[in-house]
Amino acid sequence: MTIKEIAERINGRVICGEEKLSEVIEFAFSSDLMSDVLKVDRENILLITGLANLQTIRTSEMSDINCIVFARNKKINSEILSLAEENGMVLIECPHSVFKISGELYNAGINPLY
Amino acid sequence: MQYRFKIAGGDFSNAGTVASSVKKILRQLNIDHGVSKRIVIALYEAEVNVVAHAYSGIVEIDIDNEKLRVTITDQGPGIPDIPKAMEEGFSTASPQVREMGFGAGMGLSNIKRNCDILNITSEPGAGTNVEMITYLKPDAR
Repeated sequence: MTIKEIAERINGRVICGEEKLSEVIEFAFSSDLMSDVLKVDRENILLITGLANLQTIRTSEMSDINCIVFARNKKINSEILSLAEENGMVLIECPHSVFKISGELYNAGINPLY
Repeated sequence: MQYRFKIAGGDFSNAGTVASSVKKILRQLNIDHGVSKRIVIALYEAEVNVVAHAYSGIVEIDIDNEKLRVTITDQGPGIPDIPKAMEEGFSTASPQVREMGFGAGMGLSNIKRNCDILNITSEPGAGTNVEMITYLKPDAR
């Protein structure tokens, strides 16, 4: 699925990285624990999380994750936005829970890692 | 080549800036991507540990043709029982650290998995010294 299709499927709002919406994502991982995200060895995955802070972006930078969905209506502040833009990431805000987003995208064909 | 960085304990908004700088350096040096990723993940976890537990820390990076050595020396409470701290799930992290998405007791095991040699020494009440060595050729492990 393209990032654009992912955002539409979950009623997400793209906050930055619009130029990358045509990129294709095959795998996703849902976690609020950044140490678990750092254990993921596949690249180009979608991260679904309820943790909206600078460490979400830093962790994604180290893990080469370029697209993050923030669940439960978590808001992205300007500090987070600026670090994400610096790293060329796509950020998507979404009103749904991690469970619902994961279920929707799983049904749509996005693969789990484990 | 040698590089040196400072880490300020408790400065949560800057946790990860050293690992980010090192990632850029390794990219410029054309270090193998998989090797570079292991190095920056281990360094990032170690950096978060200093921010979370210590008052201040110094990171020294030493790169030669064969390997990269990271030495992190902090002034802080130290680790009274290193084998216990290495156990996955053991944590003394504050609620503030948990709010950052860490503090589940996985940092040291993540570090161990992502470097080839790990040496930790600590003096309780004074500080901790972490040495991480990673071989730069993927098949040298």
